[in-house]
Amino acid sequence: MKNKVSSLISILLFVLIFFLFYKGLKNSNIYTPVTKIEKDIPFFETKIFDKNEDISSNEIFIDDNRFYLLNIWASWCVPCVDEHPFLLELTKQQNLNLIGLNYKDNDIKAEKFLNELGNPYSIILLDYDGTLAIEWGAYGVPETFLIKEKKIIKKIIGPINDDYLNEIKELIK
Amino acid sequence: MASLIGFYSLIFGFCLSFFIIFFSIRNYKDSNNFDTKIISLTFLQLFFVIVSFFGLIFSFVTSDFSNETVFNHSHSTKPLFYKISGTWGNHEGSLLLWLLVLTLFIFLFLIRSKDQTKQYRVLTLLFQEIIIIGFFIFVIKTSSPFNYIFPVPDEGLGLNPILQDPALAIHPPILYLGYVGSSIIFSSTLSAVSLGYMSKGWASHIKQWILTSWIFLTLGILLGSIWAYYELGWGGFWFWDPVENVSLMPWLALTTLFHCVLVLEKKLILTSWVVVLSISTFALSMCGTFLVRSGILNSVHTFANDPERGLFILIFLFCLIFLSLFIFFFFHKPENKINYNFFLLSKETSILVNNWFMMYFLIVVLIGTIYPIFLEVISSQKISVGPPFYNKLIIPFLIPFLLAMALGPKLEWIKSKLENKIYLILFFVLSLFLSIFIIKILGTNFLFNTILITPAFYLFLITIRDFVSMKLKNLSQNIAHFGFSLLILSILFNNILSTETITNLKVGETFQAKNYKINFESIDQEERQNFQSFIAKFNIENSDGSIEILKPELRVYNQPNIITSEADIKTNLLRDKFITINVVQNQEYFNVRYQIKPLMIWIWLSVLLISLGGLTSLIKKKYEK
Amino acid sequence: MKLLKYLFLLFLIFNLSSLYAEEKNLKTEITKNLRCLVCQGQSVYDSDSEFADSIKILIDEKIKQGQDKQEIYQYLKDRYGQWILYEPEFSKNTYFLWIFPVFIFLIGGFLIFRLFIIKKN
Repeated sequence: MKNKVSSLISILLFVLIFFLFYKGLKNSNIYTPVTKIEKDIPFFETKIFDKNEDISSNEIFIDDNRFYLLNIWASWCVPCVDEHPFLLELTKQQNLNLIGLNYKDNDIKAEKFLNELGNPYSIILLDYDGTLAIEWGAYGVPETFLIKEKKIIKKIIGPINDDYLNEIKELIK
Repeated sequence: MASLIGFYSLIFGFCLSFFIIFFSIRNYKDSNNFDTKIISLTFLQLFFVIVSFFGLIFSFVTSDFSNETVFNHSHSTKPLFYKISGTWGNHEGSLLLWLLVLTLFIFLFLIRSKDQTKQYRVLTLLFQEIIIIGFFIFVIKTSSPFNYIFPVPDEGLGLNPILQDPALAIHPPILYLGYVGSSIIFSSTLSAVSLGYMSKGWASHIKQWILTSWIFLTLGILLGSIWAYYELGWGGFWFWDPVENVSLMPWLALTTLFHCVLVLEKKLILTSWVVVLSISTFALSMCGTFLVRSGILNSVHTFANDPERGLFILIFLFCLIFLSLFIFFFFHKPENKINYNFFLLSKETSILVNNWFMMYFLIVVLIGTIYPIFLEVISSQKISVGPPFYNKLIIPFLIPFLLAMALGPKLEWIKSKLENKIYLILFFVLSLFLSIFIIKILGTNFLFNTILITPAFYLFLITIRDFVSMKLKNLSQNIAHFGFSLLILSILFNNILSTETITNLKVGETFQAKNYKINFESIDQEERQNFQSFIAKFNIENSDGSIEILKPELRVYNQPNIITSEADIKTNLLRDKFITINVVQNQEYFNVRYQIKPLMIWIWLSVLLISLGGLTSLIKKKYEK
Repeated sequence: MKLLKYLFLLFLIFNLSSLYAEEKNLKTEITKNLRCLVCQGQSVYDSDSEFADSIKILIDEKIKQGQDKQEIYQYLKDRYGQWILYEPEFSKNTYFLWIFPVFIFLIGGFLIFRLFIIKKN
């Protein structure tokens, strides 16, 4: 009797474990930090590229009728080269402002990068030590945030490609 | 050509399984003696797998890029040694290694078990063949190392440079001999249970297989840790990384199993423990294979992230588990409990206590590894379970565990009066004073780590005393337990006494630390076979006037495009001096990390001692025969 | 009897959380507990990646500002989720994780203990 009970329990237990593993397999194992939908943008202050001026986030994301695209990039980042054409394409969107965040970079090399590949940004912010990117919850480069009314409505990890480009275009209609 | 031979050899090996099963069943049912034809067939199967394996090695060595696996994981500029070891450094090749060990062990088992009954041997073979067939199907259907690609590429995609290391090259074969070798314990135990064959004699017989598997598993884990320490560059050797845990769990189960079998050799008790542990060891091995290869976990070591393969292993694993459960509940007759006269102070009890603690440790590691997966499935919440968790749950329990390890073996079978209590208490007091003395000198805080020194010392002293007074009696036990106490002591003191300096330096700059001065002299570039080498020269001036030269290296590989940092480590019996440099993006200075790590080499030596203990037991058994 | 002593000792020890090793250095303690998100299985303390470097700079700043361990952890959790912390917090999601192993230990102890009670009777 005791044997039957424990055998039943064991079998049920293992069936349960099997299903948990099975479902676990189905889930993605690449972790993307969860950015809550419609998360507020962080408040920050930093310097502007090429000018010796400070600026605060209040002054950047002022127009609630426009969309903003914050793109984290660096001259030493190889995938950033790949996504650059897509950023230039996005400058054609009337209701979108592209904002660059130059991440742990060297001013001269960054300048060279933009001269060679084009400058899609209406303004470029500096993040020499990478702490501003952390403020945004980014951890690598490139990463891109789509912002409306001071909230993050989409986060893209990795370079922008055709699919992401279309998604962005859809979202800002 | 070699790949073609390899492929067909694999198919032949697979087909042979059916012949083996046919002849085995026939032999099982008939009244003849063990059919030696079966051994020949088993050998033939092993032979085909070996040929297949060598076919793959040959393809790697000749850089045959028409083979998809070779293309994905090799490069013509790789040194020969690493071309060969690249064979098993990938998913498909490592599965071929699985098959090799599976077929090797069953063959060895058959020729070494001539004193056992025919039914037992045949049934063991049948169970093992189930596993073998499963892996054949897995390889051929989802993970063939002999896929053809056309057009043939000129060059391969190269192996991850971190994997080009001597320790890591031999780590998989050794580990698999342990890991996969536990399959034979699984098969033979299921066979023994089905036949009601478990006895004291059987325990003696199975002990050698347990020991063999255990020794290799211990060494395999050691090699993995040594590799991590020398290669990964931050001076650690155990991170509670899921893949490390996955090799530790079978080890814990196997160690516990071994101790239970020691009891079973003398008395017909703990049979249920033996059955469950035998099944669990191999199940944990397979579970580990699942976790590592299915993409369900995120780790440094994971192989292919392929859910299809993961699903196959998962189903296969659970089929084996359900089969084992069925056999256990249907066939296993627990021994008559009248035999149970456990006296408090007896060897049987101390083994039970051992089981109790070991199973606790096993569950801590198991839950820690698997819980994040389950939690994510249930609640979509992703959490990490890292070193703090394991340390908090394991270290405090090591204190009583070490004490039990010291006292347990002193107890006699059945009943004990604890002879010579005086020296036991004396040693304890001595250990206590030693620890307090050391803590005072070092000025460290009173923590679990420091409390742990006392029981570790206690075990240390007791085992030394036993060795001196009892000489060869229980030699293997003394060596292994002494090794363990040394391991704990080395890790503790290494942890307490290690120091580190992290600083940014340009060439020519100097950093003054409390007891030494770091001078960044120069950095030179050299061309190597498949990478550019940047060798930095540091000289360290110690406060006693001695000067050491250390040369950490940066390697820039071109295929794939990676920069690795190679530590320079100066080892002696007292301490390791460990230095690494790293590039800082966009800056002219380098990040320099210099560590002084006392007693590092004793950590490795103590694990070697532990394995030596196991080896001694194995050899002694041969002598007694 | 010895068993009881062990269990009691254990219970005592387990409650003395002040005996758990704490790093002498707050920054070291925090960075050792943080997962480097761009590395594979390394703590921020051990890693030299860009991400890890930036985190360390950030933590330096925050410590200078006077923030304590919990505030810093909360800041990072808000941005990266619980996953960035190596030590799982003791919350309703993780009761099972922390308690189950100890629970099993106590059950095991009880079962062994019972063996001797039965014997005495």
